[in-house]
Amino acid sequence: MRLLDVAQFAAASLRGSRSRTLLMILAMSIGVASVVVLTALGEGARRYVVNQFSSLGTNLIIVFPGRTETAGIGPGMLLGQIPRELSLDDAQALLRSPAIARIAPLTLGTSQISRGALNREVVVLGSTAEMLQVRHMSMGLGQFLPVGDVHSSESVCVLGSKIRRELFGNESGIGSWVRLGDRRFRVIGVLSSQGESMGFNTDEIVIVPVASAHMLFNTSGLFRILVEAKSRDGIASARRDAEQILTERHHGERDVTVITQDAVLATFDRILRALTLAVGGIAAISLAVAGVLIMNVMLIAVSQRVREIGLLKALGAPATQIRKLFFAEAVLLSGIGSMVGLILGEAGVLAIGRLYPALPVDAPWWAVLAAIATSLGTGVLFSVWPARRAARLDPVRALAGR
Amino acid sequence: MIQLENVSRSFTVGDQQVAALRDINLSIAAGDYVSIMGPSGSGKSTLLNLIGLLDKPSSGIYRLDGGNVTELNDKQQARVRSEKIGFVFQSFHLVPRLSAAMNIELPLILAGIPPAERKTRVTALLENYSLTDRADHRPDQLSGGQRQRVAIARATSMHPAVLLADEPTGNLDQTTGREVINLLEQLIEQNVALIVVTHDPAVGGRARRQLHMVDGRIVSETGRET
Repeated sequence: MRLLDVAQFAAASLRGSRSRTLLMILAMSIGVASVVVLTALGEGARRYVVNQFSSLGTNLIIVFPGRTETAGIGPGMLLGQIPRELSLDDAQALLRSPAIARIAPLTLGTSQISRGALNREVVVLGSTAEMLQVRHMSMGLGQFLPVGDVHSSESVCVLGSKIRRELFGNESGIGSWVRLGDRRFRVIGVLSSQGESMGFNTDEIVIVPVASAHMLFNTSGLFRILVEAKSRDGIASARRDAEQILTERHHGERDVTVITQDAVLATFDRILRALTLAVGGIAAISLAVAGVLIMNVMLIAVSQRVREIGLLKALGAPATQIRKLFFAEAVLLSGIGSMVGLILGEAGVLAIGRLYPALPVDAPWWAVLAAIATSLGTGVLFSVWPARRAARLDPVRALAGR
Repeated sequence: MIQLENVSRSFTVGDQQVAALRDINLSIAAGDYVSIMGPSGSGKSTLLNLIGLLDKPSSGIYRLDGGNVTELNDKQQARVRSEKIGFVFQSFHLVPRLSAAMNIELPLILAGIPPAERKTRVTALLENYSLTDRADHRPDQLSGGQRQRVAIARATSMHPAVLLADEPTGNLDQTTGREVINLLEQLIEQNVALIVVTHDPAVGGRARRQLHMVDGRIVSETGRET
C-alpha cells in the first residue's frame, strides 16, 4: 500500500467521524497552545528583567558605603557609628584602575521643586557628566550636566520629562530657572522619556551636579558610585581594583560593598528560567493528557470499527498494514492538532504582546519544538496500543462484529 | 485448484472442544460452481472461512494452486487473499464513510496498485455492474441490490481465482437476489471458482456441485447436469 494512500485513507476515516476528530484536534491544540503561551510568558518575564538590568548600564559595578556581606551587628553600630562615607575623591580615585572606563558618583535626596506657583516634591540626583553614558540615558532636549571639575557646584539642572511637562507644559523650559529647596537652578536639558527602570522612574527626577547636590542637602558623602568596566571580561578585575583602591584610601579598612550587575542579573535569570521551565512542564502535562485522550479515542475507534478491520483483513490487508493505518490516523490527528495549537499559541502571544507592549513575550524556539515533539510523540506513543489491538483482531470474529 | 485433505477445525468453548469441521476432503477446480448447504451450525461458514484463509484448520492440509497455504505466515496469507480470493458477504460489509467507487477501489489500494490503473479498473467495474451513476453515493444512499453489486465489484476488482459468497442473497428480496446470483454466475465463465454458502435451496440448487453438510461433515454431494 502506497504511503500517500495510507495518508488518504487515514484522512478519510478522520473525516468520517467529524466531531470526534474535531474534539481530538481541540484537545491537542489546547495542549500545544498552552505550552507556547506559558513559556512565552515566562520567557517574556525573564527578558523584561534582563532588559531592566541592562538599561541600568552595561558592565556596571555598583559601589556603596558599608559592608553588607557579613551579617550581625558590628561593634561600631553599637556605638552609634555609621559606616565611613564615600567621598567624591574616593570616586575620582577609582579612575586609576586600568580596568575602569568611567565612573559616575551618585547622591540622592528629595527636595521641593518650584517654578512660580507650581511646585512638587522630586527626587534629586547629584552626579556628573559621565552619568549619561554610564546609565545609558538619553537626552530629549538641551544638554546634560557640563563636563568639568566635579567639585564645582554650578547651578544647572536636567529635568525628567514628566517634571518638565508639569512645570512648563508646552514650553521647552530650556534656559528657565527653577527653585530647588533654597537654591535657584537653570534648566539646561530634559531627559527623553524612558519610563520606569528597576523601580526608578527617570521621568520624575531632577539631576544636578554632584557638588550642588551636596550643598543642597548639606552632605559630603555619596549614595553610590556607579562604575563602568572597560569590557565584560574586565568586570572582575575592575571590581577587585575598586575594592583595593577604596580599602587603601580608607586606611586598610574594607568598609565598602562592591556588587556587579552581572551577579544580580544571573540570579534573576536563573530564577526566571526555572520558573519558565516549571510553567512549561505544567503545560506539557496537558499535552500528555491530550495524548491519553487520543489513545482512548483510538481504542474506541478500534472497537467501533471492528467490522471494518475484519473486512480490510479479508480484502488482503496484513496486520502490519492495519497497524500502519491506525498509526497514520493518530499521527495525522496529533500533527493537525499541533499545527492548530501552534497557530493558536502564536496568536495568543501576539495578543499578549499587544496588550502589554512592555513585556517582550515571545515563545522560545526550544519550547515550540518541545511542544510539537511532545504532541507528536504522545500521539504516536498512545496510538501504538490501539493500533496493535486492531491488527491482532481475528478476522472471522471481527467480520461478525465481535 | 483447491484441495482440502482431512481438514478438521475445532473450537474450545469453555472447557469443551467443539468440532466444527471433521475430516473434510474436497477438491474444487477453476470454473467450478459449488454450493454448500446445510442447517445452521453444520460448519458451512467455517469451511468457507477456511477456504478464504480467514481461519486456520486445526489439522489437515489445505492446498491452493498446489501450494500448502496452511503454513504461510500472516503477511503471505494476506497476499494470497488479496490476489486470489474474493469475498461477498450477506451483510455486504461496505465501509460506510466511503463512496461506492472508493469501496470498489479498496482492495486495489491495499494491494498498492498505481492510481491510474486503479481508476481505469474501477470505472470498468462501475460500468459492468451498472453503478456508474451511483459512483459517488455512500452505502447508506444505495439500495440493498446496489450495495451487493458494489460488494461483488469489489470482490472481483483484483481478478480473484476463487469467489466466496456467504449467504449473498440473505438480506435481499427474491428479485434482487436472483439478479445478484446471475451476476455471480457470470464469473464462472471467466474461469472463477464460485463457492456459495446458502440456506436457500433455490439458490443452492443452481450450482453444478451441491455439497450438503451436517455436523461438520460433508454428507452428500449431488450434481446438476448442465
